Amino acid sequence: MSDSPIAVETHGPELRHHFADVEQQRDAASLGMWLFLATEVMFFGGMFCAYLVYRYWHFHEFAAGSRSLDIYLGTINTAVLICSSLTVALGVRAAQMGKQKLLVVYLLLTLVFGLTFLGIKGKEWYDKYEEHHIPGASFNADDIVKEYPQIPINQQYEQTFFSMYFAMTGLHALHMIIGVGLFTVLLYLALKGRYSANYYTPIENAGLYWHFVDIVWIYLFPLLYLIDRKPLK
Amino acid sequence: MATAAITQERQNYLNQSYGIKSWLLTTDHKRIALLYLASITFFFFIGGFFALLIRLELLTPAGDLVLADTYNKLFSMHGQVMIFFFLIPSIPAVLGNFLVPLMIGAKDLAFPRINLLSWYLYIIAGLMYIHCMLTGGVDTGWTFYTPFSTAFSNTKVVEAGLAIFVAGFSSILTGLNFVVTIHRMRAPGMTWTRLPLFIWAHYATSIIQLLGTPVLAVTLVLVVLERAFHLGIFDPSRGGDPLLFQHLFWFYSHPAVYIMILPAMGVVTEIVPCFSRKRVFGYSFVAMSSIAIAVLGFLVWAHHMFVAGISLYSAMVFSMLSYLVAVPSAIKVFNWTATMYKGSITFSTPMLYAFGFIGLFTMGGLTGLFLACLGIDPHVHDTYFVIAHFHYIMVGGAVMGYLGGMHFWWPKISGRLYPEGWGRLAALIVFVGFNLTFFPQFILGYLGMPRRYWDYSHSPEFQVLNVLSTAGASVLGVGYVLPMVYFLWSMRYGKLAPDNPWNAAGLEWQTTSPPPTFNFEETPVVNFEAYDYEHIPEPEVAVER
Amino acid sequence: MSERILSSKLYIGIWATLMCLTVITAVVSFVDLGPFNTVVALVIATIKASLVVLFFMHVRYTHERMTKVVIVAAFFFLLLLLALSMADYTTRFLA
Repeated sequence: MSDSPIAVETHGPELRHHFADVEQQRDAASLGMWLFLATEVMFFGGMFCAYLVYRYWHFHEFAAGSRSLDIYLGTINTAVLICSSLTVALGVRAAQMGKQKLLVVYLLLTLVFGLTFLGIKGKEWYDKYEEHHIPGASFNADDIVKEYPQIPINQQYEQTFFSMYFAMTGLHALHMIIGVGLFTVLLYLALKGRYSANYYTPIENAGLYWHFVDIVWIYLFPLLYLIDRKPLK
Repeated sequence: MATAAITQERQNYLNQSYGIKSWLLTTDHKRIALLYLASITFFFFIGGFFALLIRLELLTPAGDLVLADTYNKLFSMHGQVMIFFFLIPSIPAVLGNFLVPLMIGAKDLAFPRINLLSWYLYIIAGLMYIHCMLTGGVDTGWTFYTPFSTAFSNTKVVEAGLAIFVAGFSSILTGLNFVVTIHRMRAPGMTWTRLPLFIWAHYATSIIQLLGTPVLAVTLVLVVLERAFHLGIFDPSRGGDPLLFQHLFWFYSHPAVYIMILPAMGVVTEIVPCFSRKRVFGYSFVAMSSIAIAVLGFLVWAHHMFVAGISLYSAMVFSMLSYLVAVPSAIKVFNWTATMYKGSITFSTPMLYAFGFIGLFTMGGLTGLFLACLGIDPHVHDTYFVIAHFHYIMVGGAVMGYLGGMHFWWPKISGRLYPEGWGRLAALIVFVGFNLTFFPQFILGYLGMPRRYWDYSHSPEFQVLNVLSTAGASVLGVGYVLPMVYFLWSMRYGKLAPDNPWNAAGLEWQTTSPPPTFNFEETPVVNFEAYDYEHIPEPEVAVER
Repeated sequence: MSERILSSKLYIGIWATLMCLTVITAVVSFVDLGPFNTVVALVIATIKASLVVLFFMHVRYTHERMTKVVIVAAFFFLLLLLALSMADYTTRFLA
């Protein structure tokens, strides 16, 4: 692929031949990943737009619905994801330094945190199911209405809050599952010694993806769980 | 610039390997472009078939050819197939894929495997949509408006929505590939201001594909969730707003029309200087206007919703912004005409399409201004005036640009010359057929004929214009079939093409026709400006017939 | 890319900040700040997101200008979607 016989660069098999050098390949992969994250911003953005509109229209129902979510589980989950972002960052660092075993440890820890998040989310969803807060035929928000004797809560509008809750956390969870899948593959390849200080681009870019999913949750947490937690008079 | 000796035996991307696996597993951007060419042509004829049935039904005022429900499916699927499976991919996935690496002096796109994935996603989406069509179709209008699509339609809304969702990802990945390629893979010396304006146009298009398509994707997800799980997001009885769907839908679908037109503008900007033997007038204006269209195009979407129930104040804002977005388009028209002024014009087939584009796009664009006016829109919204407006831009504009580009670069792509006489004839037939089809529709709309109506027996006076329109459609159909025939013919019997039959500027013409798999024998080094026509002699071959 | 390798102390420091901010945002939500509850929550979320972007995603130390352009562009267009949509919703039922 190199035309001049002078520039004989010893490179690994990872260099794809339409690139002039590893540097160009790395820069291309990085830009590509950031552009993909930009598309994800817009993807989630559409749901944030719907949330914004309906929170503006039905604030009391949104506040009431928000209170019915478990703030402890939500906060713990936020902490879990932040821990996972730390392990991702430390994993990339381990790869940069060529420390293969350490990389494997951090990838594993990331997976543990990711699965923990999904487990807690599953529990939350199950609680909603038990409380009849899943939109549809069996939706029943009498318990929420009872909490707000002075404010008329429209149960139909309350469904809209929960529709947005499930749609947004569902889309987020789907991205987490994809992330877990990605990191499982990375773990497998790392165990086979695929990554080194010279080549760790997939780790870096998958890390960017994981951090992005964390950032989405950083916004979802206050928007869904903390709409109005002021003590009721 | 040398017209090298043509040896049929020379290795190029077409004869480098044979067999179906070498095509279906290729990562060569040029082969992928041809895969797309075949696929989008297939869908073009499906969409055209629906159009034919629509025009046949409208020959008579009574609804006597198909049932009303069937008619709803016909116009819905005509729109979705033509937009998502033909127009959106067309120029970027065929000409863009083929030419972007060549024009910037690269060996391939940045991510060749993702390029192939784009095509497979398109095919999967296409198969899903075909299945949807065969098992009941969709009747919601191409726009999937709620609550009809979410709560009342009995057709395959979920399937159509998911198919378009997948097609959207194909589009996103193509845009991603182009942006990274243009940023990172330019040959030495190919600075931003030396790039062909075709590249600028595709860069702008890719921005829209990247940032707009995801919103359509999530909107379709919401529709599917609502329909499948009865969530109530767009259900007024549960506090939802049907207009929210429209806001989210048009946030993508308005910029989508710029995805469809910007590449065609890029094509015209390559054709016009070549056949005027003059450099483009106002290079930086053309480049910046492409970016301006891409950005401003995101600010105007609610002009599709003026009579839907949005607030008057926001309608005023969107109306003013819509006038603004016309400005960069108009700038381009001035640039093309100024390029031609005092040029040495050749009326080759590509140039005929370029002329057609400039005239018809201008008409379509100007009628858009009428629609942007809050006083006029309520009268012509949802009439044939709107249909004529967007067909002037999408067919008179985008399709003409596509055909012009196919003719201009056919020698490069296939290594053969198409028969120029037939080319010019087909271009004229397309132009005449197009105007006969769609000009009467402006009048029909102005007179009040509503769109999406299968029966107009309340106004039988509309029949004459409808008959003219259908007659035009038949002529237009002939015009479309002709290039298919002679392009295929040329692949076997056409004259072998030299490297640069048009003596055009641009790196793609510096390599062989067809190019070798890795595009260039040696990585080109660029030390000349784009459109350097002062220093390129007139071509001796090709156009004299 | 030859990006510098950041110290693990820095990462842990950022992590600790993020954890504190998480606790703070949860606790503050119980305090009555009137309309400012939402503002405070979003400001804290934005600070947290910025820390992740700048440090965990290395944007603070990158030489790549395009990275920052892409980030700004994404949020700019998101803002367009939210702002112009709300322009309709906030003016629909006036008078």
